[in-house]
Amino acid sequence: MARALRTIYTIWLRESVTFWRERGRMIGMVGQPLLYLFILGNGITAGLRLNNVTSVGYIQFLYPGVIALAVLFTSLFSAISIIWDREFGFLKEVLVAPVPRWAVAVGKAFGGATVALVQAAIMVVMAPFVGISLSVTVVVALLVLSFLMSLAVTGLGVAIASRMASMQSFQMIMNFLIMPLYFLSGAMFPLTSAPTWLRVLMTADPLTYGVDALRNVVFSGTMVGTGSAARSLLEVGREGGLVRWPLGFDVVLMLVVTIAFIGFGAWQFSRAQAA
Amino acid sequence: MAVAAVPPVILVNDLVKTFGDVTAVAGVSFSVGAGEIFGFLGPNGAGKSTTIKMLSTLVRPTSGRATLAGYDIARQSNEVRQAIGLVFQDPSLDNRLTADENLKFHAMLYNVPAPVFRTRADAVLAMVDLADRRQARVATFSGGMKRRLEIARGLLHDPKVLFLDEPTIGLDVQTRNAIWTHVRGLREQVGTTVFMTTHYMEEAENCDRIAIVDRGRIQAIDSPAALKRSIGGDTVVVSGDDALAGDIESRYGVSTRRSGADVSFQVAAGAEFVPRLVADFGGRIKAVQVKPPTLDDVFLTLTGRAIRAEEGSSTLETMRQGAGLRGRR
Repeated sequence: MARALRTIYTIWLRESVTFWRERGRMIGMVGQPLLYLFILGNGITAGLRLNNVTSVGYIQFLYPGVIALAVLFTSLFSAISIIWDREFGFLKEVLVAPVPRWAVAVGKAFGGATVALVQAAIMVVMAPFVGISLSVTVVVALLVLSFLMSLAVTGLGVAIASRMASMQSFQMIMNFLIMPLYFLSGAMFPLTSAPTWLRVLMTADPLTYGVDALRNVVFSGTMVGTGSAARSLLEVGREGGLVRWPLGFDVVLMLVVTIAFIGFGAWQFSRAQAA
Repeated sequence: MAVAAVPPVILVNDLVKTFGDVTAVAGVSFSVGAGEIFGFLGPNGAGKSTTIKMLSTLVRPTSGRATLAGYDIARQSNEVRQAIGLVFQDPSLDNRLTADENLKFHAMLYNVPAPVFRTRADAVLAMVDLADRRQARVATFSGGMKRRLEIARGLLHDPKVLFLDEPTIGLDVQTRNAIWTHVRGLREQVGTTVFMTTHYMEEAENCDRIAIVDRGRIQAIDSPAALKRSIGGDTVVVSGDDALAGDIESRYGVSTRRSGADVSFQVAAGAEFVPRLVADFGGRIKAVQVKPPTLDDVFLTLTGRAIRAEEGSSTLETMRQGAGLRGRR
């Protein structure tokens, strides 16, 4: 067990050090979420009213979804780096070491989640620009949820990367797995107003609960309306069906999914060919 | 088959590996003594890399047994892995990290305690002449430096056996010689057993013993000198009068070949034979030449093919590796 823990720590450390060394990459990685948030968010806010819940702007609705996007992409890229390691030969150094493979996969997941945490923290800074008030509690809860979500996505990513020999199949994974997962997560449009078939798919998407959990947390600290009519954004969101499940339910589901995906990733990675 | 004089650190018994219909290794048996530099010499696709992969627990043998430092390669893979250092054909360093960081990462994976690490790292870096570059990123290293760093890294956890898979492939002659100086020095300094594969004849000369492999089988195992002796010794080339060939044949009972004015034949020890030849035929000889056999000649004699002809036709090897990971280079 000591060997496994040491392995997890070693792999995590390398992920963190190399990420820090290439922190310029961070700028590129926050670019996309910011585009979604400010261009798509503002554009659509101007053009549409959400479920007639006028007091929630689309950009506020989108904000937690964009955090999820940042976490999703960062985690996925961290996991996919296994394929780069394979291309550049470094993976062999890890695969021939006298360490349990599953621990390498778990270390990778924690490394990816740490990087995703940095991304999430950057997104938190954007909150005031979209009319969301944050408290310390909200920020902490948000980061914890991001970390958990990232562990799950990295676990899934490790499973995928273990089976991929080259980057060539990456585009397919993107189009047929990652983008659908994201679009179906309720990050960009509410589940409640979707047609039934779509709602079924959305309910089956594990990311949906992550986004819902983020919304639970993010909306809780923001008040809308004035004076005695002031209510929290969370309450309004619930009434309009924008936040669907209680936070506790979301978190339990996320935990289950995270454990399952990390287990799947570790299993797949254990079967990866070394040479 | 020559038996190692010291207790064997690698014992291989009828190891077989097949990939589908392709038999990469068709039953090899050999042993390597502690402190030996042992080489697998053969063309691409002969099964050299597959044998290394089996011995280093990366690939499971189809059948047969092998122990390394007393550990079974099929059942005690962690113990085996801890007891070996591996240098692959192509680099396996993290270019974004410094030389030191690459070593540190390795030390953590192989459970080298932090206080021990510093002394070991200093020692291995000095051994490969990279002590002054330890803080530099590996991305800035030349091919030869990377290979040296990998050798250093392979030695960091004090392995019983260091595997070098084609250690000098793709390197220029100067760098190749430098690497060999380091490998031989390492045996003198730390007494590590070295198991290497190569398809370069000149490199195989550096080994204490070599196994000549072809099509997944060992054709012969011995010291380079003994192997060369085994094919009938040196070639003596004499030029002289026309009757010389017939007289030499009748006198020494050898068969000669003529090409122009030259008569050539084989004797066990050419250099020792020359005085006798000169004493017998002194006045009739214009020139004598002794050509020691090369490992090329040995390979040719054993397999009927020149090893050089096999170079460049690495398709099979690439296919085999493609089944696992990817092609080389």
